[in-house]
Amino acid sequence: MAGRAFGWIGQGVLYALFAAAIGTFSVWPAYRHLQPDEALLRLSFKHPGKFVTDCRSRSAEELAKLPPQLRAELDCPRERSPVRVRVDLDGRTLYDESFQPAGLRRDGAASGYRRLSIPAGEHHLQVQVNDDVRTSAATYQGERRVTLAPGQVVLIDVIADQGGVVIR
Amino acid sequence: MTARSFATPTATPDPGPRQGTLTRGWRGVERALDRVCGEADNPLRQLGALGYLMFWLVAATGIYLYIFFETSVDGAHASVERLTHDQWWAGGVLRSLHRYASDAMVVLVALHLLRELALGRFSGFRWFSWVSGVPTPWLLVASGVTGYWLVWDEVAQFVGIAVTEWFGALPGFGPALVRNFVGVDAMTDRMFSLLAFLHIGLPLALLLAMWAHIQRLTRPRTTSSRALTLWSVAALLLVSLVFPAQSQPPADLLRAPATVPIDWFYLGIFPAMYESSPGAVWAALGGTTLLLVAMPWAVRRERPAPVVVDPANCNGCTRCFADCPYEAIEMLPHPSGRGQIASVDEDRCASCGICAGACPSSTPFRSGQRLATGIDLPAFPIDALRVGLDAGIESARAVEAGAPVVLFACAAGATVPKTPGVLRVDLICAGMLPPAFVDYALRAGAAGVVVSSCPSEDCEFRFGARWLSERLAGEREPGLREAVDRSRIRFVRFAREQPGELAAQVERFRVELAARPRAPALRAERTARRESVSTGR
Repeated sequence: MAGRAFGWIGQGVLYALFAAAIGTFSVWPAYRHLQPDEALLRLSFKHPGKFVTDCRSRSAEELAKLPPQLRAELDCPRERSPVRVRVDLDGRTLYDESFQPAGLRRDGAASGYRRLSIPAGEHHLQVQVNDDVRTSAATYQGERRVTLAPGQVVLIDVIADQGGVVIR
Repeated sequence: MTARSFATPTATPDPGPRQGTLTRGWRGVERALDRVCGEADNPLRQLGALGYLMFWLVAATGIYLYIFFETSVDGAHASVERLTHDQWWAGGVLRSLHRYASDAMVVLVALHLLRELALGRFSGFRWFSWVSGVPTPWLLVASGVTGYWLVWDEVAQFVGIAVTEWFGALPGFGPALVRNFVGVDAMTDRMFSLLAFLHIGLPLALLLAMWAHIQRLTRPRTTSSRALTLWSVAALLLVSLVFPAQSQPPADLLRAPATVPIDWFYLGIFPAMYESSPGAVWAALGGTTLLLVAMPWAVRRERPAPVVVDPANCNGCTRCFADCPYEAIEMLPHPSGRGQIASVDEDRCASCGICAGACPSSTPFRSGQRLATGIDLPAFPIDALRVGLDAGIESARAVEAGAPVVLFACAAGATVPKTPGVLRVDLICAGMLPPAFVDYALRAGAAGVVVSSCPSEDCEFRFGARWLSERLAGEREPGLREAVDRSRIRFVRFAREQPGELAAQVERFRVELAARPRAPALRAERTARRESVSTGR
């Protein structure tokens, strides 16, 4: 009888401990993702760079060598330029990276993602993008003075339809 | 009296159970828990079955939650909040049960893996069960992670971004993947439908993996004992009532929550990723997975050759087919054209000999110089068992001038050292002992017979102890003859950590038998007859 009672009590304690462990580690300890006085800067874009070379007209000899169904007058190589992105925060360069186009023929869009925690507060953000290897100057640029609360996210995107650099 | 121990011609055909530190440690914990819960209700002995219980609990509660869940960006969080608060007595409790049963399943799967690893149950014939179990933690965690997305609160936001950042590090996915979670308008109702589909599809894939995992087991245990089921459900209900699962504030992609109360059972990899890198976490988890998959071949143990069927002695009775714990035997048409014959899948054969113990042809009373049976272990044949038993008993009677107690002992269970008056016969598994051998030993002149198996839940080959017990009790074919004097037989169950208890039991029985009038050796005449056959006299 005593052994049976010991078994019941022992099992009760063990299962209660198991339940407590499950309940505890289901939410605790909370993971600190950012310090209390930090905001988050995200760079995320998917943007096709300009073609590396312009289209050119094929000569008559060249056209003659091609099968009839492939005799297009213009030869347009599809390789795209890498997209170079430079991000300056308060005059200090955070990123200056070149993102390669996707695809085996490098004919897809380049995409990039970076995240960086920065101090909350007022900042001057400057972004320059070059998506054309034929020029060394920035093809898109944008700058903005932002006041970031702790935990606030500032997202830098490159959207050609919206003027290039988008900071929000 | 001279000490004497019997050994078959191939006395150590099996390397026996593992005895390493990890094995001893695990068994120590398991046996300690036996004392509290009882062997039949010890959760550590039913981890797989408990995993199934948790799966069905999660599935059942999930179906209820899905009825009230709104699959949209704007409606998801609100619908979960309504479930949690407006009907806390049903939706709230079931939501908590859904979460905590999922958490418990992670713990159970991890313990199940650790147990099989500690007990060395991953190589040889077990390779398929082991390898097919490796994907389950991945599918389980994936199922849980997609569930956290659906709440669409700050935790969901954290998880969504973390998962896409993690997968974005892989070639083929790329950094654009995370854009599904970082723009203001990134999350759409369509994306939510995809997440809901994943949260249903991945558990179904998990169930498929769990089904495949048990395909090489006869009578796989997918339901836990009643007491264990009740205790487990009660514990989860208790935690659901005391710590009901709560949502965080709704996701806001313009903000990053500084602290996130994450579920460490499912989401612990993401802090690891942020503390190191996505590549490092992929390398660690991928490397561990590959290592686990490779283990059956990397850490191999020699096992005896698989059993062999003798068509001349197999009558197609199907007892071996029914008793094999690993579905290694199938019944095929007999080559003679009459009836069936057992066929062994060598890859699945554990070489435990349980089938030989089930074979009606394994009776030692059959005449013939060599005892041929229908299905037999080449390294430890039934004939060697009889020859050794005959020689051992006669030798003991001659040298010790007394009838010995024959101890048939499972090599995976408790064993005793050489003991005066005791003839020890080691078996790979107690289940390989045909019950007629007990009768035979007594008629050959043994004072008594002790059959020692592992405790039923501790059987190295799943059903050896249980089948033997049922056979000796006459509840399973081949059974022990009713006419056999049961007072001269002891059936005991001792784990390998209990050699002292077994030795004491055997000694008590020996002393008790010694006090009785000695039984005549009825087998002497038969042995003499067989010898006359062999010598041609």
